[in-house]
Amino acid sequence: MANLLQIDFGSDQDAVVGIDLGTTNSLVAWMDLTGPEILEGPGDERIVQSVVAYTEAGEFVVGEAAREILLEQPERAVYSVKRLMGQSAEDIQGELRLFPFHLAADQDAVLRLRLGGKTVTPPEISAEVLKRLKANAEYATGKAVKQAVITVPAYFNDAQRQATRDAGRIAGLDVLRLVNEPTAASLAYGLDKRKEGVIAVYDLGGGTFDISILRLHNGIFEVLATNGDTHLGGDDVDNLLLAIALEDLATEWGEDVAANHQIVQRLRRAVIRAKEELSFAPGVAIQFSHAGRSYERALTREQFDSLIADFVEKTLVSCRQCLKDASLDPGEIDEVVMVGGSTRIPLVRLAVERLFRAKPHTELNPDEVVALGAAVQAGILTGSVEDKLLLDVTPLSLGIEVMGGVVAKLIHRNTTIPASASETFTTAVDGQQNVLIHVVQGERELVKDCRSLARFDLKHIDPLPAGLAKIEVRFLIDANGILNVTARDVRTGKEQSVEVKPSYGLTDAQVEAMIEESFEKAEADLHERQVREARVEADSILLALEKAKGNQAWDALAEDDRERIERKHNELLTVYHSDNYDLIRTKIGELNDSTMALAENMMNTAVNSALKGTKI
Amino acid sequence: MHQTISHNGRVRDGEGFPAEIRAQVESVSPDFYALFGYAETLGIDLDDLQKIFYERSRQLHPDRFARASAGERELSLRASSLLNDAYRTLRDPLKRAEYVLSRHGFDVGQQRSNNVPPELLEEVFELNMALEELRSGDEDARDSLEAARANFLAMRDEIDCGLSGAFARWDVASRNRAGEGASAARAMLAEIRGSLNRRRYIQNLLRDVEAALAGPAA
Ligand SMILES: Nc1ncnc2c1ncn2[C@@H]1O[C@H](COP(=O)(O)OP(=O)(O)O)[C@@H](O)[C@H]1O
Ligand SMILES: [Mg+2]
Repeated sequence: MANLLQIDFGSDQDAVVGIDLGTTNSLVAWMDLTGPEILEGPGDERIVQSVVAYTEAGEFVVGEAAREILLEQPERAVYSVKRLMGQSAEDIQGELRLFPFHLAADQDAVLRLRLGGKTVTPPEISAEVLKRLKANAEYATGKAVKQAVITVPAYFNDAQRQATRDAGRIAGLDVLRLVNEPTAASLAYGLDKRKEGVIAVYDLGGGTFDISILRLHNGIFEVLATNGDTHLGGDDVDNLLLAIALEDLATEWGEDVAANHQIVQRLRRAVIRAKEELSFAPGVAIQFSHAGRSYERALTREQFDSLIADFVEKTLVSCRQCLKDASLDPGEIDEVVMVGGSTRIPLVRLAVERLFRAKPHTELNPDEVVALGAAVQAGILTGSVEDKLLLDVTPLSLGIEVMGGVVAKLIHRNTTIPASASETFTTAVDGQQNVLIHVVQGERELVKDCRSLARFDLKHIDPLPAGLAKIEVRFLIDANGILNVTARDVRTGKEQSVEVKPSYGLTDAQVEAMIEESFEKAEADLHERQVREARVEADSILLALEKAKGNQAWDALAEDDRERIERKHNELLTVYHSDNYDLIRTKIGELNDSTMALAENMMNTAVNSALKGTKI
Repeated sequence: MHQTISHNGRVRDGEGFPAEIRAQVESVSPDFYALFGYAETLGIDLDDLQKIFYERSRQLHPDRFARASAGERELSLRASSLLNDAYRTLRDPLKRAEYVLSRHGFDVGQQRSNNVPPELLEEVFELNMALEELRSGDEDARDSLEAARANFLAMRDEIDCGLSGAFARWDVASRNRAGEGASAARAMLAEIRGSLNRRRYIQNLLRDVEAALAGPAA
């Protein structure tokens, strides 16, 4: 590592990084001269576990330290928060039985969690992970990191994408692009070495599943179709195993420990360890002990495979739909790429190989390939990668509510983005000045079965007889997969004002407030650190003075010198407990100056004693 | 949140943007064919279309403008969404034909397909009977549904065949837009519209038959 003075913080030197903000693990990478490279933080931290805790001291901690807190004080820590991004309290009722999320009492359009006495939203929690990655990247590159590409599951809807972008903003990052995880992985794989071909990317991580089918053509990565489930992953396998272990404990120990979060978290760790070992061994044992009692259960590969058969089949259903949407037969897939930690499970590999009739690629580390791809995309955006281009699609159809609670689809799923559609609206009543448009996402016919996205209020329409006003509304899904809406009065050609009420998620004002708070927090942190450092300095001079007073040099000092030192000493003590670090520093300086004669005396005494061979 | 960008109208900066693309982006009714440098034809070489689509994407995609001025970024967003819309329309012969029809003032709404084409009345009647029987648990109806399916598929193929001939004839006729040629070309479009409506109707019947056949055997 370079020392601080060598660090160049010039703005043209900023690094643009790629971030894989995973359910379980998060990583940051950038484009080195030779290609994409994972960036390691202090202590060679390569992977940051997506666990966040709020300590008793009122600080957020992230990663391994947070995982320790999760075991000791589960109510202070949260994992798999990605499952909650862009969700409402209602959406996650099912999850609450399986995950130790503590909901705050007051809920509105955005979900709020309790974390050791603090109320926080999922984007704020994710922002803590992002801040850690940002710091790691700055540490590794010696450059300021202000811009990032962040990956999201391809099947994320608009609210989930917006929540991710909000997290980036709260962490102080300008999110240049949200890129879909499987697509990012395909960039990293360098599969474009083959000029033409069709590839499938199967991404099964901790909390999400995606399948994307792409056509490669001279560096163009054109997504043909995508499918998935944003609530399906290794976590679900863990929950299956956990349920078995809890049942065993209930019968063997005669004790229902399910309500004891601490035990459950430790047991969860034990089943995860067993699950992961089982990918490389024909059998394992789940081992756990608590308060002098121990539990052990053997688990064979066969037992495990039949336990997860339905889980694996669910992913295959998505794969078949994706093939159908791409109008392809399984045999037309040239190559299959495996991404995500859960693709280490042998049954998963086997099932994928059978479906696509192709041996899946597993050369790149499935934990790292998404972050590497995000770095390549960052390179594309900054112009350092010129030959590649991603053409992605929107995973879900976009529609508006029409009469009878029915959805009129405007942009179909698997449409290449950016994509747009326009629709003309009019008034139903004389003099009507507002029109409310309800936008939903999903494949179903009825509004109630789709995901409400937002309500757009066309305001201040010129009052006219019913049906005369004509407002053309344009729906545009940008390259991030996020909807933008604009409206125009067809008669006047003037821009029509639109007020957005997102159904789920933070409003702009709320995000601004959080950015503000996190900035203030950073300032507060900096201030506190300076105070502490000043006190440490004060401590050392106070200690030195203490020692000096026992020295003969002190007695040899002129009376007024001694008085002056005492006065400065008292002044420093008075300001010591203030948090004005400037003042503390000034007083340290003054005390230091007042002791010059003393220091000189001490040097002389030291020299004299040394000559005499005595110790001072 | 959902950002707003300006709707139509000129973008203030972005002078460096390709002028011919910019003109289409700012037009109230952009010309999909012009984006690809094509004249308006119903027949299109799909390989060539794809090639131009990729070339234009490389040129216009927002990834290429991530560090450009706000005006250029907005132009690129609008241009590439327009390009994608155009590609999606032109690569599908049916959508392409509808697009051409609408440009020539024909009305191509979905509602037109709801009236049963007179020549299909008999088939539709029999089909509804068979669907009814299957619903009430008569498995024998399966065979007649299979037969209906084969019949509709054959009809659809016939229409497609007719359409590709009609496309080619229109492409020749429309080159000669003056006087009589123009009205002949227009009559061809009217005929194409008729075939498209019939085809859409048959497609809907096929969808119903296939859903019934795939559905749980009652
Ligand atoms: N050897 C293994 N066998 C089975 N599952 C594994 C193995 N290694 C990691 N996993 C699982 O992979 C998931 C994490 O994968 P990752 O791709 O890092 O997830 P995410 O993208 O959700 O952060 C976890 O559920 C973890 O238990
Ligand atoms: Mg992942």
